[in-house]
Amino acid sequence: MPIAAGVLFKSLADPTRRALFERLSRDGEQTVRMLTDRSGVSQPAVSKHLGVLRHAGLVRARHRGRQTHYTAQPKALAPLVDWMTYYSSFWHDRFDRLEDLLKRMDQ
Amino acid sequence: MTTAATRSVVIEKELPHPPQKIWRALTEGPLIQEWLMENDFQPAVGHAFTLRMKPMPGWNGIIECRVLAMEPCKTLSYTWGTLGLGTVVTFTLTPTETGTHLRVEQSGFGPDREANYKGAQYGWQNFIGNLERVVAGLE
Repeated sequence: MPIAAGVLFKSLADPTRRALFERLSRDGEQTVRMLTDRSGVSQPAVSKHLGVLRHAGLVRARHRGRQTHYTAQPKALAPLVDWMTYYSSFWHDRFDRLEDLLKRMDQ
Repeated sequence: MTTAATRSVVIEKELPHPPQKIWRALTEGPLIQEWLMENDFQPAVGHAFTLRMKPMPGWNGIIECRVLAMEPCKTLSYTWGTLGLGTVVTFTLTPTETGTHLRVEQSGFGPDREANYKGAQYGWQNFIGNLERVVAGLE
């Protein structure tokens, strides 16, 4: 799995983070407080989740006064949508290795 | 949404070797390691095993598997779960005049059964369906 897809999968493996990301995708820019009010988890937890999403490039933070505003970066999802393409080349590559192995098994 | 859930990858190859020999490469741990990954595979239906790649940032490199079905020299099927997303990998061997037609299908891109079991309330399936629309809308 390519690194980009690995980071994405891990960041989105958590249902709270998926929900946060979807909220931002659907409703546009929001502050941590706005996200906390409707998430059912504490503000530090929301901040931590946002940090993970940010590390994966899924959200962007903008500091404005004492508030941090977050926006979704849906383009960062492209490797995830492409992961079937990834597995297709993965199996091609592994079948080549299998063929090499079968030749060596002859000897 | 349903297309994402049912999408599958199919790769086929003609190999100038008998099915018996390819079957060994698919089911003997040291041979599997040579072409696929480190593993603790055992040829027994229900056996849980892992395939291990080099860990990388954001991924521990571990794929959780379970043997679903096997018919020696004909077909082998196991689950393939990683990072909460579960698929099924099926190998099919068909003898030909010159050797074997080998087919692998990786199917059922959808929620991992293990993840569901742990109570993930927010399904991957919906999510992937949604994000495909999001990404499609970007262009």
